[in-house]
Amino acid sequence: MGETILSVEHLSRHFRVGGFRSRGSLYATDDVSFDVASGEILALVGESGSGKSTIARVLAGLYPPTAGRVIFEGRPVGRRPGRAVRGRMPIVFQDPFGSINPVLRVGHSLDRSLTLHRRDLSRAQRHEEAVALVERVGLTPGADVLRRYPHELSGGQRQRLGFAQALASRPALILADEPVSMLDVSIRIGLLNVMGDLRDRDGVSLLYITHDLASARYVADRMIVLYAGRIVEEGLSEEVITTPRHPYTKLLMSTAPDPRLPLGDEVVADLGEPPKVIDPGPGCRFAPRCPLATEHCRTTTPTMVTVSATQRAACFAVRPE
Amino acid sequence: MTSILEVRDLRVAYDTAAGPAQAVSHVSLDVAPGEFLAIVGESGCGKSTLLFAIAQLLTYPARLTGGSVLFGGVDFTSLDAETLRQSRWRDISVVMQSAMNALNPTLTIGAQLADVCRAHTDWDDRRIEQRCAEVLAMVSIDPVHLRSYPFQLSGGMRQRAMIAMALLLEPKLVIMDEPTSALDVVAQRSLMSQIEELRRRLGFAVLFVTHDMSVVSHFSDRLAVMYAGEVVELGATRAVFDEPRHPYARGLMDAFPSLLGERRPLTGIAGNPPSLVDPPRGCLFAPRCAHATDRCRSARPALVEADGRAVRCFLVNDEVDDG
Repeated sequence: MGETILSVEHLSRHFRVGGFRSRGSLYATDDVSFDVASGEILALVGESGSGKSTIARVLAGLYPPTAGRVIFEGRPVGRRPGRAVRGRMPIVFQDPFGSINPVLRVGHSLDRSLTLHRRDLSRAQRHEEAVALVERVGLTPGADVLRRYPHELSGGQRQRLGFAQALASRPALILADEPVSMLDVSIRIGLLNVMGDLRDRDGVSLLYITHDLASARYVADRMIVLYAGRIVEEGLSEEVITTPRHPYTKLLMSTAPDPRLPLGDEVVADLGEPPKVIDPGPGCRFAPRCPLATEHCRTTTPTMVTVSATQRAACFAVRPE
Repeated sequence: MTSILEVRDLRVAYDTAAGPAQAVSHVSLDVAPGEFLAIVGESGCGKSTLLFAIAQLLTYPARLTGGSVLFGGVDFTSLDAETLRQSRWRDISVVMQSAMNALNPTLTIGAQLADVCRAHTDWDDRRIEQRCAEVLAMVSIDPVHLRSYPFQLSGGMRQRAMIAMALLLEPKLVIMDEPTSALDVVAQRSLMSQIEELRRRLGFAVLFVTHDMSVVSHFSDRLAVMYAGEVVELGATRAVFDEPRHPYARGLMDAFPSLLGERRPLTGIAGNPPSLVDPPRGCLFAPRCAHATDRCRSARPALVEADGRAVRCFLVNDEVDDG
């Protein structure tokens, strides 16, 4: 793994919600810091409402951050990142049916990306490059795929096209926001393999946003677990899965179904009620659901505790090693 | 025969501009009293259409093109609307995929539960309220929420309220169409445990459709795997998971990564499901199957049962014959 290419420092994004009398702030992402190294896949894992997609959207420049800063390839990213930054850090969206213009041929959309981001290429070179790009993500024969319309492609093929489009601008880091969650199970793994292959062969970094711990473990080198807008645990994927330290990670691990293993004996009392993220106040966000919570947890926000050289967890009950 | 539900050779087609699409073809299933039968398959495999056909909820452009649905010996496909209406909620209830869309946003939970009771019983208001509070408590929702509107409940609570409604009149069969798919893992697990606990206590049978077989892996008694409108494999859940026989079922099991088991490269299944308007002549899975022979491409295999497992594949069934 190479040097750090993306540093996110104390990033927050709040949204104003409610009406005239009940104005509040929704803390979608709150004081989040992490680094991504070149040639690394980092997974952001969390349930709905944990703030994982908000982070991707802030990084992609779709929303400006409320606080904090982002340093990408050595330079701070402004509130509205320019084309160069967006080209080096493109985003692949969750919905392959809503993110591709249905009235344009596949080749046209790709050609447009290449025209915008690769000024040096001639028309013929752009076509050649477009063929290479779609074949790079497993859509063959490339020239044939370029002539098709999006409706002629299946969900899995469209999502591959999303990655081809991201690759057109020669990215250093691809933001992949739940890229496989809308696909059928039998198609998902192929796309995860494409992601792993981009890292291994092209050295592209990926920020893989998902709610699925098993797929994060499959493809990601490191993972960050989010809860209610905050990081609760981070570490090497294998480390977080085999020795989870935060009570929330432990809860996730004990409830995620794995058909290859017998069902755990422990009775899960948790009903899975979502956390309060509108004007949450101080204290650990997970405390209302946590079996270990003390008075201290409810009044003071825990900071990250170093567990090993690579693993950290934000919990008062975790003892540093 | 001890089954409460017998589906025989059921066929459903959707009328499309290109001709009828055979969404469900020749499906036969039995559900025993108190049994949990899961139907799994990918999008477009006909699993939800099958449920709708069983519950007689199909609307145009879908239509039943053959087969029968016997519930307690009565053929549902030949009943008139009023007889069916009386049977709904009382004998069979359905829990829909999206509770947010299935519940009326302008009525309280209590009003919607009471509505079911008024339509199907002659209970007085006190008895109705008592029963509504009782079923809500069964799914771990405080009865104060009888006066809450759907938007005031979380996704998990709404889905549990739907299950409470399904249990109001103690039906013998509860049909569930992906009730957990909009929920987070923790809420999903809690809902599944709750369904299982209630089923044990109250003894109703469950017919459960999902695209995510890991959800039912620990809860269902039997598992039916559907592909392109057909049941391709049916057997005891544990046995199908441990040793899937149909090439599609094998591919499906090999398509999702393990959370705690061995970490190894997986491949998934290449290709796409066939057109249902103009299906291949032979086995519907043959175009994607790595083991397909000429025979697979020219003739349609039948669902053949051997030692408690039914599989629709020439390659598997030939072995059974030889053995």
